[in-house]
Amino acid sequence: MLVVDSVSKRFGGLMAVDGASLTVTPGSIIGLIGPNGAGKTTLFSMISGFIAPTDGGIRFEGADITAEEPHRRAARGIGRTFQIVQPFAGLTVCENIAVGAYLRHAKRADAIARARAVAQRVGLGPELDRPAGGLTVAGRKRLELARALATEPKLLLLDEVLAGLNPSEIRDIIPVIRGIRDEGVTILMIEHVMQAVMTLCEHVHVLAQGRMIAEGPPAAVCADARVIEAYLGHGAAARLAAEGAAHG
Amino acid sequence: MTVRDLIPVLVLVGLAALLPLVVTASPVLNFLVFMLIVALGAQGWNILGGFGGQFSFGHAAFFGTGAYATAILQLRWGVNAWAGLAAAVAAGGAVGWAIGFLSFRSGLRGSYFALVTLAFAEVFRILANAAPLTGGAAGLLIGLDVRPANLQFADRAVFYWLVLGFVAAVLVLTRWIQRSRFGAQLVAVRENEDAAKALGVDSLRVKLRAIALSGAVTALAGGLYAQYFLYIDANIAYGGWISVELLLAPIIGGVGTVFGPVVGALTLHGLGEVAKQFAGRIPGIDLIVFGTVLVLAVAFARGGILGLLERLRDRGVGMLPPSAKSRTAKEVPNAGR
Repeated sequence: MLVVDSVSKRFGGLMAVDGASLTVTPGSIIGLIGPNGAGKTTLFSMISGFIAPTDGGIRFEGADITAEEPHRRAARGIGRTFQIVQPFAGLTVCENIAVGAYLRHAKRADAIARARAVAQRVGLGPELDRPAGGLTVAGRKRLELARALATEPKLLLLDEVLAGLNPSEIRDIIPVIRGIRDEGVTILMIEHVMQAVMTLCEHVHVLAQGRMIAEGPPAAVCADARVIEAYLGHGAAARLAAEGAAHG
Repeated sequence: MTVRDLIPVLVLVGLAALLPLVVTASPVLNFLVFMLIVALGAQGWNILGGFGGQFSFGHAAFFGTGAYATAILQLRWGVNAWAGLAAAVAAGGAVGWAIGFLSFRSGLRGSYFALVTLAFAEVFRILANAAPLTGGAAGLLIGLDVRPANLQFADRAVFYWLVLGFVAAVLVLTRWIQRSRFGAQLVAVRENEDAAKALGVDSLRVKLRAIALSGAVTALAGGLYAQYFLYIDANIAYGGWISVELLLAPIIGGVGTVFGPVVGALTLHGLGEVAKQFAGRIPGIDLIVFGTVLVLAVAFARGGILGLLERLRDRGVGMLPPSAKSRTAKEVPNAGR
């Protein structure tokens, strides 16, 4: 449904993303991992329309959306969350989510009803009438998720929704994400929490220094020498293998 | 929007409508009409600045456009005053849209947008001061011809009711905005434009609608001003004073609220008038009061008078059970904003 065709983004002398390609098939949970500064968020911003690629193209359900505005992509069914949460701090949780719901429901009553349903879904039910600015980190992450879900996306881009959460909060939210997929929303997620990547994703892409260096099932990708080297430095894979042999 | 949503508007406007039956002195009615005209213009500012978060320092551009449109159409082309007023509203909307298109499309926000609006108002002032069409520096005098068809009334109370009716209509409009999809999207743009875009909000279109509406309402106030005082020149219609008045009233009263601009205009002019009564010989005493009230509002009541009342009420319900508190908690303005 989403085809990213060798897109590049140059910021001055820095090649943030360099000819990265990926394909998302409907109904899957795809992971996008990579070391810090690999260009994952930049790639997300290009897919959601906040940054224009220097080169390459993006297609969604067959249509070329490379030059489309973010709100048009949202209308097509691409929802996103932000790594640095962006709540409408002066509004209540319910009003926050309703902004997303208004995309498909013009009437206030319908949008509010939809917002309440989504809030229940992600576990924000008790917080509905609280100001969004007063939420905890975990609450804000859930709010990001809820707002994006309220737009009724076909493809959901999750940018580190688990970062900053403690292990029990992560355990709570993993079934929510899986549940969203089971309802027919395709998910592409950037994630550093490997426990979540291993349990959730069927397929993982690895981005390092702006290039796609590996892809495949999570277990295979984690064993990939290029991936280990990207995270731990040159020669790390060989050293690990040697150590493994010595201990084994 | 249901009738219940409008009860506060109906009650307050109903009470205000009774005033001329009690007070008949001309200076008082003059004061009330002028205050309501400022309130109406401020309501226009509040749509863009309060709900949309786009602070304009140059709403005189719309006020003056409304005033000149009303006057010029009558004087130069013999158009009926009521039709002139309607045209003024349209002109205000068009000028709003044009200024918005030029500044929002190039991504101007915050203080840059404020400065650009200020520049537009100044350019209009200088042009109106020079052009023959606007009567140049001599200004325009609308001939006295007291007939309701000319939008001139023998009784000041009638004009008061007319302006009050427009203020009421805009209160209803603002209430509608607050409850509509457009309003929700406008507030979302104010709070965080990028997040709003990600949720499918066409932020440019929303802001353009807001500035056009805002310009139209403020132009209506300008048209009524011209029609009440029957004389305008560039320094009145496009003067910096009106830009300041229109943004002070909502900030003092409560930015982004339905009643804020009206409460603010009433407070400012009420206090200014009282100060003039007590210290009539000191020129500009009312301006000193304006400044003092602004400093107090910014320092102690960030949500304006209405925000302050809200907070006092919340403190008052501290003893109530938590369920009652959480109901009011949603109206507390966020401290981090």
